[in-house]
Amino acid sequence: MRKKITRWMLWILVLCSLLLGVVLFSLCIGSVSISLERILGVIFEGKGTMEYSILFDIRAPRIILGFAVGGALSLAGVILQGMFRNPLVEPYTLGISGGAALGVCLNIILRFNHTLGIFSLPLFGFLGAILVIILVYSLSIRKGILKIQGLLLTGVMISFIASSLIMLIMAVSHTEDLHGIVFWIMGSLEEPNWFLIKLVVSVSILGLIISYLFCLSLNAFSLGEEEALHLGINIEKTKRLLFILASLLTGCSVAVAGIIGFVGLVVPHFVRMFVGGDHRILLISSFISGATFLILCDTLARIIISPLELPVGVITGILGGTLFVYALGKKQVVVLLGER
Amino acid sequence: MLEIKDLICGYDSKFLLQDINFKIEAGELVGIIGPNGSGKTTLLRAIRRVLKPKKGTILFEGKNIWQMGYKELAKRIAVVPQGVTAVAGMSVEEFVLLGRIPHFERCQFLETKKDLEIAKKGMILTDTIKFKDQLMQELSGGERQLVVIARALTQEPRLLLLDEPTSHLDITHQVGILDLIRRLNKELGLTVLMVLHDLNLASEYCQRLVLINKGRIYKIGTPEEILYYQIIEEIYKTVVVVEKNPISSKPYILVVSEEERRRY
Repeated sequence: MRKKITRWMLWILVLCSLLLGVVLFSLCIGSVSISLERILGVIFEGKGTMEYSILFDIRAPRIILGFAVGGALSLAGVILQGMFRNPLVEPYTLGISGGAALGVCLNIILRFNHTLGIFSLPLFGFLGAILVIILVYSLSIRKGILKIQGLLLTGVMISFIASSLIMLIMAVSHTEDLHGIVFWIMGSLEEPNWFLIKLVVSVSILGLIISYLFCLSLNAFSLGEEEALHLGINIEKTKRLLFILASLLTGCSVAVAGIIGFVGLVVPHFVRMFVGGDHRILLISSFISGATFLILCDTLARIIISPLELPVGVITGILGGTLFVYALGKKQVVVLLGER
Repeated sequence: MLEIKDLICGYDSKFLLQDINFKIEAGELVGIIGPNGSGKTTLLRAIRRVLKPKKGTILFEGKNIWQMGYKELAKRIAVVPQGVTAVAGMSVEEFVLLGRIPHFERCQFLETKKDLEIAKKGMILTDTIKFKDQLMQELSGGERQLVVIARALTQEPRLLLLDEPTSHLDITHQVGILDLIRRLNKELGLTVLMVLHDLNLASEYCQRLVLINKGRIYKIGTPEEILYYQIIEEIYKTVVVVEKNPISSKPYILVVSEEERRRY
């Protein structure tokens, strides 16, 4: 037992130092590179210099948002994969991103953003996500029992419906609207509004704390629903709360940062390969790794064709996918859930 | 210990179990037998509160199980399900420790020394301590079944429910597991209720048998009272010969093939 705790602590230490490293790398590098030693100097000199505003008005907000969104998406991925005992489930499978994107599209073509101001896009994204969550949830509940497989199928179908509607909207919209829609769907961590950043950070950290109340239930769930019941878990309550938790985490991230794919699918897998399937360590290490991964991807997206920027989703997909396939080939023993 | 009164239970609109009435006293080892689809597993699921009964009550130590808390029940009744779930990447010890979950306090995340000791005791009793650090998927079917029993023991239950603990196992493991269950029953005073397919094993190991047919209890009694050729032939629709085991003098059932039946 002590050995296990030491191992867990070591993993957290390693992952935290990786996170710190990536954060520093991301602070330093960009179209204007600032050396590590310079950062301290800039902080002491205080406001007013150009370097200060690059660091704290441009790079730091992106890093913080990347931390929150990456963490939240990975956490939602771990929760959903554990709950569904299906390694292919990710936060976007349940149609949440589709709903959010549809909300944003409607907002753009109906020109609400001109009348409602800066909050209208995230607000509509969030409303779209919530609507889909309620829809999927109420369609999958039968006689007070949340049917897990039904939840998945309904979610996938709603995703398809939403993406078809988005295509319809795109087909009939003006060029400038189209640009806005495509830009949003590709996802970006550029967010000038500190309030929204703080909001996402609080939601994701709160989500991490709440998810810990369910870490043992998730462990029991890995044996199947009925087995979890045998172990004294109130499975209906747990399923509902976990579904709502994962949905809110995803909904908030998508509403602010757009659709950044792959983080919620790949990171939990990757982390599970290394730290094992125990959710007591898996939840926190996925959160940190997801944050690290997204900040790294965003930094690469900024610098690869600098001064232009790539959509961060492109990097998460290419980097995440390649790393994952490589790891699968290397490690013959694939630690996946849901093998029965 | 366990009392089932006028139970009607089943899936959706189809009622499988009807008029189930029986009692199990503390310290008994009772077997449930019956043809496929007669409702044996359904009965176990009703007792473990997986299925809500349409009518009737199930009392555990005088208390209605539907009025007990989830954890409260899990501390008292443990289940060894049919077809063991193998979670890839989980070590035997981790798997056995899952049995401590119902005993965890609110906001307790790590196992205490006591939890580890109880899990160790469970593994020693089932002779699985040697696999402690192996992964679940590396074990054979028989070994895995033993580990599942170790996990059930780690729950420190008073009643152990087993659903066909010997299916798909060779006779070494069949006998090994049933010997273990009987030892647990005798030495620890654990009350056991198990579904068994093999009538001979049921006869050899159970004190009492509950014979279920088409969702109703056909007869309850000692193996000698139940395993009677007329009863077996009527319920299983198979020609059998019932003999006595020369060593234990328990009833022993022999089947007769079609070819042999024709020759008679």
